[in-house]
Amino acid sequence: MQINWFTVIAQLFNFILLVWLMKRFLYAPILAAIDEREKKIKAQLNDAKDQKAEAKKEQDEFSAKNADFDQHKKALMDAAIAETQTERQKLLDAARTDAETLRTKQARALEEMQASLQTDIAKKTQQAVFSITQKALVDLASVSLESQSVAVFIERLRHLKADEKQAFVDAFQADKKPVQIKSAFALSASQQTDVKAALTKLLGASADGAFTTDPALISGISLMANGYKLAWSVADYLTSLEKSISVPKSVAPKKESDTKKHAVN
Amino acid sequence: MHLSPDDVIFWQYGFITINLTLVTTWGLMVVMVVGSGLITRKLKTGLHISRWQCALEIIVTGINTQIEEVGLRQPQKYIGFIGTLFLFIAIANMCIVFPGYEPPTGSLSTTTALALGVFLAVPFFGVERGGVLTYLKSYLQPTFIMLPFNIISDITRTLALAVRLFGNIMSGGMIVGILLSISPLIFPVIMNVLGLLTGLVQAYIFSILATVYIAAVVSKPDKQT
Repeated sequence: MQINWFTVIAQLFNFILLVWLMKRFLYAPILAAIDEREKKIKAQLNDAKDQKAEAKKEQDEFSAKNADFDQHKKALMDAAIAETQTERQKLLDAARTDAETLRTKQARALEEMQASLQTDIAKKTQQAVFSITQKALVDLASVSLESQSVAVFIERLRHLKADEKQAFVDAFQADKKPVQIKSAFALSASQQTDVKAALTKLLGASADGAFTTDPALISGISLMANGYKLAWSVADYLTSLEKSISVPKSVAPKKESDTKKHAVN
Repeated sequence: MHLSPDDVIFWQYGFITINLTLVTTWGLMVVMVVGSGLITRKLKTGLHISRWQCALEIIVTGINTQIEEVGLRQPQKYIGFIGTLFLFIAIANMCIVFPGYEPPTGSLSTTTALALGVFLAVPFFGVERGGVLTYLKSYLQPTFIMLPFNIISDITRTLALAVRLFGNIMSGGMIVGILLSISPLIFPVIMNVLGLLTGLVQAYIFSILATVYIAAVVSKPDKQT
C-alpha cells in the first residue's frame, strides 16, 4: 500500500504521453472524419435544397408555361372559332345574296314571261274581240242602220261644240269646194236632203256636197272640207276602243292575282 | 499475496524500478495506440464506414457529448485529456477478464499519478482560459477567507480521486482473491462480472469528476463577464 514515487512519476509521464498519442492517433482523425462527414452531409443537404429550389423553380416555370400555353391555345381556338364564324357568316351572306339575286332574276324572268304572256293574251283577245265585233258589225250593217247612222250624224252636227263648229266653218270658207260626204252605203235622196239641210244650216246657203260610198266605215258617215273631217262611224268607235284597251308592255301587272284577273277579263 | 502490482518488480536500479504496473501500463498504451492507429488509418468520410470506425466514433462522440453536458463549451479541446483518462481507466479495469492480469489502476501509485494529472490539468486549463491572475483570483472567491479552504479542497479532492479509484479496484481484486480461496467455482465469476461494472463506473466517475473540476475553473470567467 505504499506509494512508489518513481512509479507515480513514470505513470504521470506515461499518461501524458498517452494523451498526446491518443490525440494524435484517435481523437484528431476521428473528429476530423466526423467533421468532414458532417460537412459532406451539409453540402449534400445544401445541394438537395438547391436542387429542390431549382426543381420548384422549374416546376413554377413549367406551370407558368403551361398556363401560358393553355391561354394561347384558348386564344387561338377563340380566334379560329371567331374566324370560322365570320367566314361562315360571310359565306352565308354570299349564298344568301346569290340566292336573292337568282331569285330576283327568276322572279324578273317570270314576271317578264308573265307580262309577255299577258300581253300576248291581251293582244290576241283584243284582236279576237275586234275581229268578232267588226265581223258582227259588218254583218249587221245595212241601209236601215245607215239611215239611223245618218240621223245620229245629223243630230251630232246640230249639237256640235262652238269651237269645233267654227273650225269646220273656217276650213270650208277657205276652200269653198263642195264638202266630201262619205258613207258606207249609198244614201237615199231623202237622207241626202236631210244631210244637205243640216250642212246648209251649219255652213250657210252656199253649202254643197258630193256623196261617195266607203264600206270601210262599216256603218256611219263623214264630212270632209279642205282636209278638216267631221265623222261618226262604227269604225271610229272600234279604233278608239282599240286604242283605249291596248296594253302597253311597261304597265304589265306584277302581282299574280292581278295577272289572273286580267286573264279572266 | 501482494496487494499492489507495484510489488512485482522486474528490474530495479536504485530509485528506478520497473514493476508490473509500469509494464502493464505500457502494454495497455501499446494496445490503445496501435489499435487506434490501425482503425484510424483507413478512416472514411463517406456515409458508409467500417464497424470499428463506427464503434470508435460512438465512443469519441459519446465522450464529447458528456464533456459538453458537464458545461465545457469546446469539448474537442478537453477530449484529449478527459477521453484518455476515461479510456485508460476503463480498458485497464476491463482487462481483468484476462486470467493473471493485474490492473495498473489497482496500484496507488498509478491512481496518484492520474489524480496528480488532474491536479495539474485544472490550473493548466484555467490559466489557458483566463490567464494566471484570473486563475489565482478564483482561490479568493467568494472572499479571501476561503483561500485556505480552496487550497485544501484542491488537495483533498486529488487525494480523494486517487484513493477512491485505488480502493475500488484494489478491493475488487482482493475480494476475488479472497473468494477464490473460499469458493473457487461460481462466486469469483460473479464478482469478476461485478468488477467489470465497478471498473467502468469508476472510470466514468474519475473522468466526470475531472471534467467537473476543469469546468469549474474554466467556466468562472464566463460567469463573471
